[in-house]
Amino acid sequence: METVAFYVFAALALAGGLMVVTFENPVSSALSLVLTLFSTAVLFVLLLAHFVAVIQILVYAGAIMILFLFTVMFLNLKPEGLKFESQNLLFKVSMLLAVLLFVGYFASLGFKKGLFLSNISVSEMEGFGTVQGVGTTLFTDYLLPFELTSILILVAIIGVVAIAKKRAN
Amino acid sequence: MNVSIEHYLVLSAILLVIGAYGVIARKNLIIVLMSLELMLNSANLAFVAFSRALGDMTGHVFMIMSITVAAAEVAVGLALLVSIYSNRKTIDIDVLKLLKG
Repeated sequence: METVAFYVFAALALAGGLMVVTFENPVSSALSLVLTLFSTAVLFVLLLAHFVAVIQILVYAGAIMILFLFTVMFLNLKPEGLKFESQNLLFKVSMLLAVLLFVGYFASLGFKKGLFLSNISVSEMEGFGTVQGVGTTLFTDYLLPFELTSILILVAIIGVVAIAKKRAN
Repeated sequence: MNVSIEHYLVLSAILLVIGAYGVIARKNLIIVLMSLELMLNSANLAFVAFSRALGDMTGHVFMIMSITVAAAEVAVGLALLVSIYSNRKTIDIDVLKLLKG
């Protein structure tokens, strides 16, 4: 069951990713990215990361994608702005080789020996991936990085407002 | 056949390469930003997969940090994009080569 779910949603994630980089229309690309992000959220559930999966759907597939779609529709690009110039053959072949390199690397090194998931049974990881577990880790060991994140967001807000004001003048 | 961490890592690597292709090959600045999100998402998948394999929730914390950085990056990137579009009337990265020597 888990194996079937993994392959189905891995295939969906890959299909969504390929559609993001091949579609000419940015709206189609954005919706394909939603497919990829949602499939990844399902894979997170398979990895017992329930809280992170919910965050993925709420923040990534929700808030960030709405920001993208809003910008695409706000700009209202002309058809020539959507044009996708195809690259030459050499470039495509080199990208294909890069893909084969990555897959071959993991296929040759990774599958021989490694940390199989079945080594750790679910029962001995009580509270793994739940809100309580992640929250305890976040607010004890990683409290300082968490607080610094708020400074990052503050800087981003100020930066966006500064850019927007500059445009108005 | 059991699903192992290597399956997730291979998927993550493939998604990363697809995103890298989009960043390099596409001409539309919005789609370049979306491909960047794809690459960040593949890194998140690797974080969570390692977290599951090692039984340590640090990967989840890193993934939450990564989402925060991605959200801030998208907000600033799209604000710059709107600003560029209102000034230059294009978001084609072949046209926007003002800094090219």
